[in-house]
Amino acid sequence: MADLTTNCGGIVSPNPFWLASAPPANSGGQVQRAFDAGWGGAVWKTLGQPIQNVSSRFGATNVRGVQGAGFNNIELITDRSLDINFAEIADTKKKYPKHAVIVSLMVETREEWKDIIKRSIDTGADGLELNFGCPHGMCERGMGSAVGQEPRVNQEITSWAVEYSTIPVLVKLTPNVADIVPHGLAARRGGAHGVSLINTIKSIISVDIDKFVPEPRVAGLSTNGGYCGAAVKPIALHMVAALARNREFGLPISGIGGVSNWRDAVEFILLGSTSVQVCTEVMLRGFRVVEDMIDGLETYMDAHGFKTIESMVGKAVPAFSEWGDLDLNYETVAKIDPQKCIGCQLCVAACQDGAHQCIFPQDGPDAKRLSLAAPQGGHTRVPVIDESECVGCNLCKIVCPVPDCISMVEVDNGFAPSTWNEHVTAGKALRPKKGASH
Amino acid sequence: MTDQLPEDRSEAVFGDFKTALTRDQALVEANRCLFCTDAPCVKVCPTHIDIPQFIRKIATDNVKGSAKTIFESNILGMSCARVCPVEVLCVGDCVYNEMGVPPIQIGKLQRYSTDVAFAEKWRFFEAGPDTGRSVGLIGGGPASLACAHELRRRGHRCTIYEKRSSLGGLNTTGVAPYKMRADKSVEEVEWVLGIGGVDVKLGFDVGTDATLDEIEKDHDAVFFGAGLGADSALGVPGEDLPGVFGAVDWIEKMKLSKLPLDKSATCVVVGGGNTAIDAVREAKGLGIERVVMVYRGVEEKMSGYEHEWEAAKAESVTAEWRTLPIAFEGNGKVERVKCQRLDDAKKPIAGSEVSIPASLVLVAIGQSKLGKMLEKLPGVTIDKGRVVTDEHGFTGRKGWYAGGDCRNGGKEVVNGAAEGKAAAIAIDSFLRGGNSG
Repeated sequence: MADLTTNCGGIVSPNPFWLASAPPANSGGQVQRAFDAGWGGAVWKTLGQPIQNVSSRFGATNVRGVQGAGFNNIELITDRSLDINFAEIADTKKKYPKHAVIVSLMVETREEWKDIIKRSIDTGADGLELNFGCPHGMCERGMGSAVGQEPRVNQEITSWAVEYSTIPVLVKLTPNVADIVPHGLAARRGGAHGVSLINTIKSIISVDIDKFVPEPRVAGLSTNGGYCGAAVKPIALHMVAALARNREFGLPISGIGGVSNWRDAVEFILLGSTSVQVCTEVMLRGFRVVEDMIDGLETYMDAHGFKTIESMVGKAVPAFSEWGDLDLNYETVAKIDPQKCIGCQLCVAACQDGAHQCIFPQDGPDAKRLSLAAPQGGHTRVPVIDESECVGCNLCKIVCPVPDCISMVEVDNGFAPSTWNEHVTAGKALRPKKGASH
Repeated sequence: MTDQLPEDRSEAVFGDFKTALTRDQALVEANRCLFCTDAPCVKVCPTHIDIPQFIRKIATDNVKGSAKTIFESNILGMSCARVCPVEVLCVGDCVYNEMGVPPIQIGKLQRYSTDVAFAEKWRFFEAGPDTGRSVGLIGGGPASLACAHELRRRGHRCTIYEKRSSLGGLNTTGVAPYKMRADKSVEEVEWVLGIGGVDVKLGFDVGTDATLDEIEKDHDAVFFGAGLGADSALGVPGEDLPGVFGAVDWIEKMKLSKLPLDKSATCVVVGGGNTAIDAVREAKGLGIERVVMVYRGVEEKMSGYEHEWEAAKAESVTAEWRTLPIAFEGNGKVERVKCQRLDDAKKPIAGSEVSIPASLVLVAIGQSKLGKMLEKLPGVTIDKGRVVTDEHGFTGRKGWYAGGDCRNGGKEVVNGAAEGKAAAIAIDSFLRGGNSG
């Protein structure tokens, strides 16, 4: 059985699933219930000078009936007094000594950092997370992403925190930058024990089209918020991987951004995360989503022979490469399983309207013109594919509503592998282009 | 016209067998639709409503656009949403069936959009500029209504000649009330005629009140949409006893008036088609305890839809298979049906006579065809009582078109709607000199 014990920058937890610093980790009651549900750690809702929040605060992107595919908020850091927060953290840590409690912090002056770090450590917390990421409300006050976007400031404040802290310090990075690497390196130079990313992305989630006001609406106005949820995962994965493969960086990463289930967590770990943090999925479904995360991950690790989290971390990083190093002679074509096909022909529309016009209804004029034979063993609505024109783009497979009905099959075209870089520098031969002759 | 229907008519006891979707339910269901390309549900619909498109519009809360998509193809979309046998049409062909996943409830979604359209009194179509041409339509059922509406969009004046005192045809007089009650049909008729320019002559019996020649002279083209005629009779002794009715006739009375009803009666319905199944379910629904279907064939081969018969069985209707009535007996009124069992070849088995008690008998073995009304018109061909036309409804006689049950022998409302509209397009082309028809 796989061991899920996680050590992220010296912060140890029974599994890699942590609540992110956000509304679900706002209070002792919530965090303790989360630990009871199985969460391995929690990054407490950011502490600083308590603020006043607005009403309303959250917005969501709904796609074809799926609510909250993307999510955003304009809530700020804690609005509860520091005394109450610290008392609850201490109480939680006392009751759950094996779980990781990380205190997220955001203050301005060196003195304030010194003071709040001391008080945090006094609770018995396992680590600190410096919130250099919040893209709304706090950054206008010179904190949050205002710090995270300036590597020099990031490095300096990190160094203060590391100086005052006797427990591990993670720096939470903002994605609202052109390239994440300089910001990760700044945290490293400041002495951080690890980084967590991504914080939320500057966003307007939607507009009330009857009132002409963006959401979330506060009386007659709105403001930019922080975008998160399942829809941001690709951005987060890219930033995590960009740091993980950087030779200078080398710090542990706590991955954040759209982790909704164990599969997402595995992806983050394979691209270099040691722990993962979750907020939106908990806000949408509650703490009990962690049960599937834990046993899904265990089953996955057992199936792949991973005994520890550490042995999985970064397994997919070497395969994250540059476009110029991709083999241009590698070729796949789409194949439809006629037994599984239900005849919706979404692939036909997708290929005709959005790709390379090589999938056709089997009884149409194009199939006849191209002499494409109807597949054996299927009904009359199974489409046919002109493999001589199929560029292997994946779109048909993506739109197909039937799992494993369309697969992308490798074709041996007789060409030796050649990348663009090899072609340019050494003149290696490229196969003829497909789908570019008309 | 609605006021003409008595509030206490017998059909008023029926609720909806298939309940309406709420907005919340419609949104969930609409979002399940895959938006198929060249969708099978559209292909199988006689009116080819762009189903994926109207469902997508429900999903985005564009209900007005959704309703317009439906009515653009089928102006009787509201009644069709209720009365169509979707199980063997659009829903039956939903690709989700291939996957073993519950198919999209297309009929219910169509009802959702069209009900909102009616409630909001949305109108989508205007009469076209007057062409100065006029079309006479014989019969006021779904085919003629669909035809007249399309002709009005194209600017031709219309006159509907209807023998009965109400329009809507079987939608008003024949549809099972647990699918749609007569008042909904009347409401739809008014909504369709709201396009204006349709002159309606009720209680007008073509052949008696005017000859076919006169109708032809009065109009530039004629659409024949007279539907079907009276219930066929078994032709056995005692069929004229009180208590023995033609099923279509009885259903019309049940829908439009209050029938005297003895709930302790035993009702025997003769036949195995959809009218027979409607009749047994209606008798059950009215509270008659014992309802028996008597059919000369076997269950597997009955012509009524399987899903309808399954519903009837669920309502504890029973059946006598391979059984043929040979006489209705009783003292001054029907009291029993004398029957004979049939063998595999449907030949009577000697000595197999049985007597089934019955105080109400509904004979549902078909209706007469009305094609013969046109048989004296040169150029018109009648085949087994049906008016023969090309795919556009053209009869072969210049200016004469036909559609609906009189043409197809008795199909669904949606077939009538499709044929009526197709004929209107052909008539328009003819009136504009586009073809010889």
